[in-house]
Amino acid sequence: MNTSAGAGARPLRVVGTVPTPSAGAPTRLRSALRSIGVRHIVVLLAVLLYPVVATPFFTYQIGAQALALGLIALSLTLLGGYGGMVSLAQMTVAGIAGYMVAIFGSSSVATISLGWPWWLAVVLAIGIATVVATLIGWLSVRTEGIYTIMITLAIGVAFFYLAQQNYALFNGFQGFNKVVAPTVGEIDFREPVPFYGLTLACSLAGYGLVQYLVRAPFGVALQGIRDNPRRMNALGYHVTAHRVAAYALAGLLAAVGGVLMVWYNGRISPGSANTGAMINILIIAVLGGMKRPLGAFIGAIVFVLLQNFAIDLVDRERFNLVIGGVFLAIVLFSPDGLLGLWAKLRSRLQQSRHSNQRRRQ
Amino acid sequence: MKATQRVWVRTMVGTAAAAAMGTAWAQETLKIGLLATLEGPFAAPGQDSMRGADLALKHHNGMAGGKKIEFVKVSSDATPDKAVNATRKAVEQDKVQIMIGPLSGDEGIAVKNYAKTQPNITFINGSSGAQATTLSDPAPNFYRFNTEGAQWMVGLGEHALAKGYKKTFLIAEDYGFPYSQVQGFMASYCAKGGKVVDKAWVPLGTKDYASVIAKIPKDVDALVVVLGGSDAVNFLTQYEQTGGNKPMVGGSITVDQTVLNYKGKRRESLLGTASAGPMADSIDTPEWKKFVADYKASFKDGFPSPSLFAYLYYINTKAALDGLDAVKGDLSNGQKAYREALQKTNFKGPAGEVKIDSNRNGVGATYITEVAKAADGSYYNKVVKTVPGISQTLGLPEAEFKKMGLGSRDVPDCRK
Repeated sequence: MNTSAGAGARPLRVVGTVPTPSAGAPTRLRSALRSIGVRHIVVLLAVLLYPVVATPFFTYQIGAQALALGLIALSLTLLGGYGGMVSLAQMTVAGIAGYMVAIFGSSSVATISLGWPWWLAVVLAIGIATVVATLIGWLSVRTEGIYTIMITLAIGVAFFYLAQQNYALFNGFQGFNKVVAPTVGEIDFREPVPFYGLTLACSLAGYGLVQYLVRAPFGVALQGIRDNPRRMNALGYHVTAHRVAAYALAGLLAAVGGVLMVWYNGRISPGSANTGAMINILIIAVLGGMKRPLGAFIGAIVFVLLQNFAIDLVDRERFNLVIGGVFLAIVLFSPDGLLGLWAKLRSRLQQSRHSNQRRRQ
Repeated sequence: MKATQRVWVRTMVGTAAAAAMGTAWAQETLKIGLLATLEGPFAAPGQDSMRGADLALKHHNGMAGGKKIEFVKVSSDATPDKAVNATRKAVEQDKVQIMIGPLSGDEGIAVKNYAKTQPNITFINGSSGAQATTLSDPAPNFYRFNTEGAQWMVGLGEHALAKGYKKTFLIAEDYGFPYSQVQGFMASYCAKGGKVVDKAWVPLGTKDYASVIAKIPKDVDALVVVLGGSDAVNFLTQYEQTGGNKPMVGGSITVDQTVLNYKGKRRESLLGTASAGPMADSIDTPEWKKFVADYKASFKDGFPSPSLFAYLYYINTKAALDGLDAVKGDLSNGQKAYREALQKTNFKGPAGEVKIDSNRNGVGATYITEVAKAADGSYYNKVVKTVPGISQTLGLPEAEFKKMGLGSRDVPDCRK
């Protein structure tokens, strides 16, 4: 909704002012700043103050984990919600980034890990994972709908088995232990609050990037391709190039999420990127709603809360039933996820207010 | 007006009383975390683990050290990530003071690493059996009262040689637990002159064993099969279909009840298959018989007899509760007294003595068994030999064990 309005408004403004090409970005920045409302500031304050009020457990296991998972799900929202390409391989990209941190950095497996400084390992990890994501995109953009899901699933499963059976590089079933977050100056990122801060900063940056992208010409073209690739092709847009670029950008987000996840867990093994983990990312994105970037994080929070506390709600052997039931209910009653549910609720409230007013008149 | 006031006063008094009772009750209750796999491939063993722990608490009448014990149960799906998340939830959110678990080997290593960040909590193993948990870089607050995968196979090597198996071919799953099991078998087998001519490491969950079966040399005396659950059944079925007839030596979970209950001609040829483990279904002692009887009486939905996992969770939980009794529930001073009591643990469990070494790892007996046919036609593991007091260095001097290193794909090796 927002995005299409923004996209519609911009050309008008452009016609009015006739800006030099360089003025395009500041205008966009200004319009982005203008869209910041009170609710944004409230949410920002809430997430900043969260670790002050919350216990270390809630800060680390709920907060930081939800943000890191949310960031990976955000990459799927960018691809699926704005590009119309549902990729199951986003967790694979994150897993590759995690493995690279373990391989280039330090871990308990001294024979494989190179022990390079953490920042170099992270840069290499994100770089390699982004390249892999681009390759995955390049392979799968020529497919549509269910075939995209199939091919990305196949790639993800292939990587899982590669990691499980390769000992020279991935150390097989056992993977890598003791892949710890670094200490920078005085700040030990293994501690809950600094780590939460780190994931929050990365998530906000990722959120901002996606928000900016979908209003930028690239994002608008991407949404055009999602809705009608043939027409966009006829208009002179390179459809494949846009899609591959979307995979690369999504790969960047997933890679950052993957680095955060490996630091969060302190370890990585094939199980961290198995089919279950891949599907969890899809669940998170769908749960929150794929139409807006915020959905990924909302979905992640609900997902992490359910994973942790469903066992306290019912009989211990049946708790997966609660998780499944909640997912099913959300998907059944709101195809657009929790955000869709919220939007529906709001419009209904407004409607009833309108009708009340009318009745009073 | 007066009526509302009276109601208000009554409510306040009631609440205060309830609160007072609540705190009094809370002082009497001690929370113990309990982690097992209630999801994923080990869901059934995970459930049975919980039964083992519940039985230990029942034997203590729900009390230990003068306090009522409450289990906070959490679950993983056998992945180390999930095991640490669940443990962290129990420790940091539910504020347990003692944590029991996890079930599988790599989970154990991950939980041990987490234990180092929580020095004031005592961690007690569930049933995980990776060697590295207590051998390399152990955590001072992680206790394992059971023996581990390599210890479970000590003595089986000699037994195989006594049966005349001088040359064997090994097939095992490709991860930590079978590495340990194979080392336990080969350490003595190789030392006494046996040869393992080749090893086939297959991924966990392999369905098709045709290529492995084709590789089995004609001139070996027996196969050493360290597979578990469905992998074992798949291998045995396919080996039978291709006409294989070599006798077998099994790992601790290769010829358990799930495998013995499967239908097929090959079942006949399983008779006499030797294996080893920290317990067996047919131990002939009053302690074991009482344990089985109590298990059957307590859990109508349980297995015909307690599984390995139920037994291991039972002894670990019992050690934790006995320790609490010994210090009368005193967990002050960083649980110092409690840990000293745990170190001194020495009781006669259902399947022999339970005590620990200086790395806080169990030292105990191993049972060598052979598959036999009972009077009613069912198959069971008959105890043929008991090897008591096995240490984590597999009975070798520490220096010699260190020279060999921990079990892996290539350690130990005796092809020629």
